[in-house]
Amino acid sequence: MNAPADLHLVAPEIARNASGARVDLVLVAEMVERGAKVLDVGCGDGELLRLLGDTRGVDGRGIELSREGVNECVAKGLAVIQGDADTDLADYPDDAFDYVILSQTLQATRQPRVVLEHMLRIGRRAVVSFPNFGHWQVRLQLLFAGHMPQTDILPYSWYDTPNIHHCTIKDFRQLCEITGVKMERAVALNAWGSPLRLIAPWWFWNLFGEQAVFLLSRKG
Amino acid sequence: MVDVQPLAGQTRSDDGIREADRPTSEVVRFGADKPLKLDAGVELSPFQIAYKTYGTLNAARSNAVLVCHALTGDQHVASEHPVTGKGGWWETMVGPGKPIDTERYFVICPNVVGACMGTTGPASINPKTGKPWCLDFPVITIRDMVRAQAMLLDHLGVETLFSVAGGSMGGMQVLQWAASYPARVFSALPIACSTRHSAQNIAFHEVGRQAIMADPEWQGGRYLLEGGNPRRGLAVARMGAHITYLSDAALHRKFGRKFQDREKATFSFDADFEVESYLRHQGISFVERFDANSYLYLTRAMDYFDLATDYGGVLANAFKSTQTRFCLISFTSDWLFPTVESRAVVHALNAAGARVSFAEIVTDKGHDAFLLDEPELFAIVRGFLDGAGKARDLAPKG
Repeated sequence: MNAPADLHLVAPEIARNASGARVDLVLVAEMVERGAKVLDVGCGDGELLRLLGDTRGVDGRGIELSREGVNECVAKGLAVIQGDADTDLADYPDDAFDYVILSQTLQATRQPRVVLEHMLRIGRRAVVSFPNFGHWQVRLQLLFAGHMPQTDILPYSWYDTPNIHHCTIKDFRQLCEITGVKMERAVALNAWGSPLRLIAPWWFWNLFGEQAVFLLSRKG
Repeated sequence: MVDVQPLAGQTRSDDGIREADRPTSEVVRFGADKPLKLDAGVELSPFQIAYKTYGTLNAARSNAVLVCHALTGDQHVASEHPVTGKGGWWETMVGPGKPIDTERYFVICPNVVGACMGTTGPASINPKTGKPWCLDFPVITIRDMVRAQAMLLDHLGVETLFSVAGGSMGGMQVLQWAASYPARVFSALPIACSTRHSAQNIAFHEVGRQAIMADPEWQGGRYLLEGGNPRRGLAVARMGAHITYLSDAALHRKFGRKFQDREKATFSFDADFEVESYLRHQGISFVERFDANSYLYLTRAMDYFDLATDYGGVLANAFKSTQTRFCLISFTSDWLFPTVESRAVVHALNAAGARVSFAEIVTDKGHDAFLLDEPELFAIVRGFLDGAGKARDLAPKG
């Protein structure tokens, strides 16, 4: 079944920096080399593509599921097409991009593993950001309140959420190992949107990181 | 007694006949030294192209926009039509302050080869006989139209186009432009079209052509030589085609089952229903400005269009290593060129690594939506051209 059409338009309540840009997007943008050729999968209203164009001078393209999001992007002059991460990535040739970005969309795909594999086939590198289901708030809500967790960045009720494949930072690392993907960088953001700068063990990130951003490349 | 009312209709006006050879718009004549090489394997020479321009070509010659017209369109995209006296066919899109802004861009709109508004076609005079070509005119293709347009641009001193835009048959020309002359096309706006005419569309065209040929006044296509005009056949062709440009929902919204100037059915074959009256009017007024043989040639050109066949059957190869920026637009209720056709082009462009945007607009207005007041269409075209303008270093407006 298809996810709701408004899936990627609803930006979670995420912290913004002084210039008004979403902190998680700035973090993603910083992982992308200047002037690179980038595909943003699930690009929403084009905020990240625009940020990448303005601050990194990238040649950016986007895929977006919702028609409203696509039309808004195209009217902004962005190269965006209507499409579905689960079905349309297969149409892109190998090595078509330097980076393929999946920002806050992984958990809404039907086949996250296939999507990840396509990303690293199409692009030399991939940047994936997602809400961490291992965050302490999520764990406590399920443990003590006994209901499906709802937080600032996971605001949906269980019955109307577009998010069908939640994972923790630990889960995602495992997926990377299974699929033979190299983790070049990983950053976790705390609830205030600041990167967790401590040299912390993975279990700490998995407990206190509200969301994670991974820079990935092909192994070997 | 049953009242029978076949289509009356007027004959093609004298203005219309005159326009075929001596158009009121600009015209360029290509002599024997510059023949048009046709896909049919023959050369058309001499020939002429009638065209209109709007706006001013800038010093860098970087702001030219070619607008390609659809099957029954012409060069009068944004100014009064010399035969009907009506406004331009795309005045919502092209003009001062419009999405294709003539205060910013130099807009060129040529009449296609095979048409009847001043560019050489079957109603033009064959120089060898001094009489109208009629069916001696060679069969032409979309690629022939584009080849002729390229010759016009050479004549105008326009090496590269900032953009090529068009809907329907115009969109086919846009795609052909991008495939044939990638280095000359900075951006492309193919709207409500596809890279190949579907079996259903060929079938509709065939019905239209048969209607024309079934009219005794067609006389094997020699009506311009023998006198007469297959006006009923052409009107019926237009009526049938017009239905395909709309949608069930749009027809219902506009007409429903409403009676025309009467309270109840007259138990005759008079145009009782508004929708009948509307279609008859569409058919009759079309005859006034269009040549029946041109209709045969242009529908044939669309039928033959299949871009991939020129590239080994692989559409992506038509756009290999293209640098052109594409923006495709389709409409949800268009059953002539449904969204799936545009999506196939998008897939091919992605496979070619092209920079492509694609938007589908929700509307019940059918294929004709590209010619109508669709604010979302205007916003998308404007945004796309603005973005391309920045990349092309075109100075923003004023």
